[in-house]
Amino acid sequence: MALRTLASKKTLSLALGGARPLAAAGSARGVTTVTLPDLSYDFGALEPAISGEIMRLHHQKHHATYVANYNKALEQLDAAVVKGDASAVVQLQGAIKFNGGGHVNHSIFWKNLKPISEGGGEPPHGKLGWAIDEDFGSFEALVKKMNAEGAALQGSGWVWLALDKEAKKLSVETTANQDPLVTKGASLVPLLGIDVWEHAYYLQYKNVRPDYLSNIWKVMNWKYAGEVYDNTLA
Amino acid sequence: MAASALHLRLLPSPPAGVKLQQRRLRSRILRQGGLSRRYSKVVCYYGLTTPPYKLDALEPYMSRRTVELHWGKHHHDYVEGLNKQLATSPLYGYTLEELIKEAYNNGNPLPEYNNAAQVWNHHFFWESMQPEGGGLPEGGVLQQIEKDFGSFTNFREEFIRSALQLLGSGWVWLVLKRNERKLSVVHTRNAISPLAFGDIPIISLDLWEHAYYLDYKDDMLTYVTNFMDHLISWDTVTLRMMRAESFVNLNEPNIPVA
Repeated sequence: MALRTLASKKTLSLALGGARPLAAAGSARGVTTVTLPDLSYDFGALEPAISGEIMRLHHQKHHATYVANYNKALEQLDAAVVKGDASAVVQLQGAIKFNGGGHVNHSIFWKNLKPISEGGGEPPHGKLGWAIDEDFGSFEALVKKMNAEGAALQGSGWVWLALDKEAKKLSVETTANQDPLVTKGASLVPLLGIDVWEHAYYLQYKNVRPDYLSNIWKVMNWKYAGEVYDNTLA
Repeated sequence: MAASALHLRLLPSPPAGVKLQQRRLRSRILRQGGLSRRYSKVVCYYGLTTPPYKLDALEPYMSRRTVELHWGKHHHDYVEGLNKQLATSPLYGYTLEELIKEAYNNGNPLPEYNNAAQVWNHHFFWESMQPEGGGLPEGGVLQQIEKDFGSFTNFREEFIRSALQLLGSGWVWLVLKRNERKLSVVHTRNAISPLAFGDIPIISLDLWEHAYYLDYKDDMLTYVTNFMDHLISWDTVTLRMMRAESFVNLNEPNIPVA
């Protein structure tokens, strides 16, 4: 178990998704499963913007469940592929999209957040800062747009700041449930994703989603978004 | 017939820029006898209905705090939102059920759909529960469930399984399928109501996280199980089934001999 944790942490620092081959944990199968990534800050470090209890449940329960169910679906998929069972392969797509999407989205989300003491909430500088001014008019206009689209999203989902790497243009996108940004376009790269599922804010903000949205900017990690922007266009 | 013809004559001719779809909708509404504020001095909006029990009556399975927020804020806000839209909507004057069917627009929902359906869904949900509910239904309801699901246990398991299979916000329902003339369990996304498909809802359980998060956190299974075992109102189900049977004959058609 200790070896497993060690191995997963090592791979994690390499890959965003925290992927690790099952073979390393002793299985003969070729499926590469994923692990729950560690947070680079304490659960309570984002208070008062996001409570420690929300962060703990969100990471330890919700994200952990997506990871477990995604891995389960992957192994079922592997078995179905080996057997050549096309109808089982197709039937698993829903679970893979939902749980795989949940894992991808939350892995990005944790990196999008940062305690204020470590620079969370500091507006973007550099190329991303200029691009935001150019594509949205101003930083404030972008925040307003993301807040409005996040508040208007019906049901569960995500609101994204996306970079179209082909058109080299920023846009605000929303996705339903756990659909990852890539479902909106193959060239879209997520710079920031805000989880607007009720589990992301309900214990603290109850029905007032707009308050959650306006407070989350205080712990936004623009440094990360700027790095993704630079690396994508480099 | 004469009245609709009169309405149509009184209609100003639509401006050239009005989209065809809007024009069609408007004339359909008039044909079906929908009211317009233009012809009425009385304006009528929807009110927030009260759950048929005290707000703490469902404890410990659903806390007072949850009901206060869920009814007093979420349900309330859907009512307010709908009324605000109806002030300028061509869909003003419908009964709520007709409004939901019309605004569903064959799967391309109009802006009013979300609020209208959620007003109805929540009202229906509160009445789907009662203090000291749960347990077994009786008489004809139990017989119908056994007929359509094999056993009550099968029905209970299918309801719970269907709830857990929903990916995202939505509802799980027991409905009476009009064409198949049988009970069935379905889940729907976000605000979607089986009314829109012509089925007759018998029970609904809200699976939006706001319905259970304060009491159960991520443990949706316990929430759904407690609903089934302690909250579901079989009295309401009996009444709804009686009403539904006036639209759907659950027995073999009995053709009278001359």
